[in-house]
Amino acid sequence: MSDEIAGLAAYEIAEAVRARKLSAREVAEAAIGRIEAGNARLGAFTDKTYQRALAEADAVDDAIADGEAPPLAGVTYAVKNLFDVEGVTTRAGSKINRDNPPAGNDATLIRKMAVGGAVILGALNMGEYAYDFTGENAHDGPSHNPHDPGRMSGGSSGGSGTAVAAGMAAVSLGSDTNGSIRVPASFCGLFGLKPTYGRLSRAGTFPFCASLDHLGPLARSARDLALVFDALQGADPADPAQAQQPPIAALRELDKGIDGLRIAIADDYFRRNGMPEAFDAVDTIAAALGVSATVTLPEAARARASAYIITAAEAATLHARRIRTRAADFDADVRDRLIAGAMIPAAWVIQAQRVRAWFREAMREIFRKVDVILAPATPFHALPAGTRTITLDGVTMPARPNIGIFTQPISFIGLPVVAVPVWLPGAALPIGVQVIAPAWREDLALRVAWHLERAGVVHAPVAELVAA
Amino acid sequence: MSERPFDAEAYVAAMTPTLALAVREEWRAPVTAHVAAIAAAADLILSFSLSDEAEPAPVFEP
Repeated sequence: MSDEIAGLAAYEIAEAVRARKLSAREVAEAAIGRIEAGNARLGAFTDKTYQRALAEADAVDDAIADGEAPPLAGVTYAVKNLFDVEGVTTRAGSKINRDNPPAGNDATLIRKMAVGGAVILGALNMGEYAYDFTGENAHDGPSHNPHDPGRMSGGSSGGSGTAVAAGMAAVSLGSDTNGSIRVPASFCGLFGLKPTYGRLSRAGTFPFCASLDHLGPLARSARDLALVFDALQGADPADPAQAQQPPIAALRELDKGIDGLRIAIADDYFRRNGMPEAFDAVDTIAAALGVSATVTLPEAARARASAYIITAAEAATLHARRIRTRAADFDADVRDRLIAGAMIPAAWVIQAQRVRAWFREAMREIFRKVDVILAPATPFHALPAGTRTITLDGVTMPARPNIGIFTQPISFIGLPVVAVPVWLPGAALPIGVQVIAPAWREDLALRVAWHLERAGVVHAPVAELVAA
Repeated sequence: MSERPFDAEAYVAAMTPTLALAVREEWRAPVTAHVAAIAAAADLILSFSLSDEAEPAPVFEP
């Protein structure tokens, strides 16, 4: 029974807890049982907050007994360990930051989850300082892919993918600068929402690249993404990059379906440099939606190149002191990129920001003609752990940076994306497709994702736990 | 774009002492590879013709 509870979607948990068919405590205990059974093998959690989880669950049960109906009643979740969780040291995947004292307060989004009645189970493994697409961590070990523990979870929100795919939590919160929510969603077979840049407050999270950092949820249903997204929105003066945009009510829009939406498949750049499964997944989604129109995102390679440079330069600036004083304490892969980033001339970065403004305008033009764009999330299924190089279109290249080849141009200009999980016929592993909407229209991407989920085209099953 | 190919090795050799960065000998090759990759990305965007009026994306609100 407890595994059945742990496999419920967040919206199912909230409905059952509000209806008092299940108690929030039962749900929390089921999740804790699942974590204790699987975490040693899968490496999802770095910090567990069970005592707090049970106290929050009891408070939710009391509130419901008093007639309240919290939207996230009893929904279990955990956060990438760059979120401040009161009483837990925010390690951000690093060795260095674990010398810091425990966080004195929760991150803004955790406070919003708590207000909604959600129950926090702990903090999750991630690539060091979020500079990662693999989910491998030099200090804490890798977060494994629950569908095949010999493969990557994807990163940098690796534990956020592992935990939800393994049924250890209904929802996780991650961050996405160049693809770090969408890549683990693709590799672990989950729904992932990267909202519009500036939509959700980042206050109380450890940064990576301020120009491109986003936060968002991963879940096993598109409906859960909408439910959680609605709870997370709201103005927060503590994040200077948050835009002055009114919140939307995504959940209310969800059942509107796809009628009237102009949907197109991204071609050119987004049909090259991938394995067949990446394009087969897009074609599967397109066929289910009855879509054959294509659209070219101009200069996508330059968009990606610009994101790459801005990331390297901003991350090197953020870590300048640590790279001078504690270089040997970094993950070698991260350290070498930060040192390289420290050498970038200003003109390269400023040109990249000029390209960013140009690309935003070009995409605004495209969104006059289409409402939603489909593109691959990753160029391939989850790679075997430790993969260093890949061969795409006959060219051998480093695996790590190229995992994000399709996600990076989109987050570069902050467009909202829902990654949806596709299981191709006979495939042992899932792969994601990006459903991309215009800025501030997360509701459109969520409607498409929910339509596909209800039609059975995409789904996010809980992986069976393999004994340690 | 560049008339002369970018020499990542020479660049790293020059910038390391200039910026007083501590780069151990065994880190030099991977750092150089990353600098070369960044320079290739820069070449792609520096060769992109933008108008003089094309401003950088971030807007500062005083």
